[in-house]
Amino acid sequence: MNFKIVVKRLLFFVLVVWAASTIVFFIPRLSSRNAIRERFGELARTGGFSPGDIEKMIASMQQQFGLDKPMLEQYWQYLGNISRLDFGYSLSKYPSTATEVIAQALPWTIGLLLVTTVVSFVLGTLLGAVAAWPKAPGWLRSLATPFILLTGVPPVIMGILLLFFIGFRLKWLPLGGAYSAGIVPTWSWSFFLDLMQHQILPALALIFGSVGGWVLSMRGMGITIQGEDYVNFAEHKGLTGGRIFRDYYLRNALLPQVTGLALALGTVITSAVIVEGIFGLPGIGTALNLAIRANDFPVIYGIVIFITIAIAALMTILEFVYPLLDPRIRAN
Amino acid sequence: MANITMVSPVNQPSNVVLFFRYLRRNKGLALGVIILVALFLFTVIGLMVVNPKHAYPLSAGLKQAPSLKYPFGTDFFGRDLLAAMVVGMWQTAFIGLLAGGIGTLVGVVLGFTSAYFGGWVDSTVRTICQILTPIPVLLIQVVVAGSLDKRDVTIFTMALIVAMLAWMGPTLVIRAQVMTMKERQFVAVAKLSGVSDMGIIFREILPNLLPFIAAAFVGQVFSAVFASFYLAVLGLGPLREPLLGNIIWAAQSQGAFFNGWWWWPLEPAFAMILILGALALVNMGLDELANPRVRRSE
Repeated sequence: MNFKIVVKRLLFFVLVVWAASTIVFFIPRLSSRNAIRERFGELARTGGFSPGDIEKMIASMQQQFGLDKPMLEQYWQYLGNISRLDFGYSLSKYPSTATEVIAQALPWTIGLLLVTTVVSFVLGTLLGAVAAWPKAPGWLRSLATPFILLTGVPPVIMGILLLFFIGFRLKWLPLGGAYSAGIVPTWSWSFFLDLMQHQILPALALIFGSVGGWVLSMRGMGITIQGEDYVNFAEHKGLTGGRIFRDYYLRNALLPQVTGLALALGTVITSAVIVEGIFGLPGIGTALNLAIRANDFPVIYGIVIFITIAIAALMTILEFVYPLLDPRIRAN
Repeated sequence: MANITMVSPVNQPSNVVLFFRYLRRNKGLALGVIILVALFLFTVIGLMVVNPKHAYPLSAGLKQAPSLKYPFGTDFFGRDLLAAMVVGMWQTAFIGLLAGGIGTLVGVVLGFTSAYFGGWVDSTVRTICQILTPIPVLLIQVVVAGSLDKRDVTIFTMALIVAMLAWMGPTLVIRAQVMTMKERQFVAVAKLSGVSDMGIIFREILPNLLPFIAAAFVGQVFSAVFASFYLAVLGLGPLREPLLGNIIWAAQSQGAFFNGWWWWPLEPAFAMILILGALALVNMGLDELANPRVRRSE
């Protein structure tokens, strides 16, 4: 890969993050809603401050957030802050910054996302390949069917169904939260088991909700590859079925599948965020839910920009992985 | 010279008959259409039979399990969930059709201008689409919906928020189709015989693109329903309205499963599965109709 392509990809990454940040900067400023005033209005209702004090506090907050400066200056400062991943202070958890709120929630989300994406991608690709493979035994091929039928069901609804059938009816697994109420988080085996039990349903919701998509795309590719001359040639050479399956089917479908993964990242991550919210896991999704409820705008915008940066970065990384997967790209 | 005898006119079946015949071959499309018609009947008959006011809080007893009086039960806030389902589905359909319609229209216009005229228009539209595509639409919608005053969030603004970012997909699809169609011979012939640009666009290219536009429209309705559902599940919808996502949001924030009110979140979930499943089936069916080459893959 030459230097020019690397620069082009990195430039694209910067452009995407810039576009997202600019949208997030200007949209709230177009609306008449004043986040700080609303926040302090809530305080005034609950806290019993005098209106004069509130006005003073609002003015000092405006100054602290730099809202009294001209728009363009604010914009430059804002872009500078974003390049340092500084999204300002959280309004509802004041002394901590939005970045701290995100950092606290992040490990939960990364753990859930990593496991579910890898499992559903590998499972879906294998099932799809087998479903398109004429020599596979019938029962193995039919394994893919239920997943294809589930494609239309979004992970959030899958989560509700799992909660109802497995959590509520059968009472096999807990109904939500990160760990059982009343348990103190410790580095013990029993706490770890409890933690894992709470992760099973959200993970299953995400896996069941996304395996079908991978099955469908892989199956489509498998059917196309079957008709190719090189597969016929390999068969006539007398290669074993397993060899053809591994080195001719999967190998050739790998690149389009990984491209599909790059394109699906946005959907995958937003689904995970919303499923977390439904199950009340303390990840980014719940942080977003709470921030929306509390009108905590720095945290909302911080999460939005952070996720966009993550997606753009992952896409760029995957682009750099293509040449490793496909010698044809490497040669060019 | 042989006598030319009048042959009895060929019995050409009407378009409707042809459509039904096609449905028999394309089972997925048929199933999708049947579910959609059933849901449509459910809302229309429902709106006539049920009092829509019962879909709003404090119109029925609280937290009652499904019974003869309330076949779908009632929720924590005293909505009759049957009425809520009827009104909610109607609103979901409204958001989907409006947002899908706007998104498709903008996409068709942009796709046409960009592909037909090419040059800097084309490269601008393409670059904007490429930069916006990786940004998760839902998150931008979260920012927009969050910036609105809660009183300004209505079914109508929901549809506009969803439509605002729904044009990139159709633009790219229509652009690609116009690009290939532009090079076809019939367009060249029309150009040589002096047909104006507008004449070529509207009389030569557009009719050939109708199946693609229809497929793009159904796809947009699907994503609009999906997007508005996700926004509502996050609590950014019009909170008073019985939108399906709102009901799930309310049920989850009141801990419906912990408290044993299982019917409350379950009903909108099933309604959503039916809507999205039917739309996905119709979408796949229309893809096949628009692109007969897909048929070979089976």
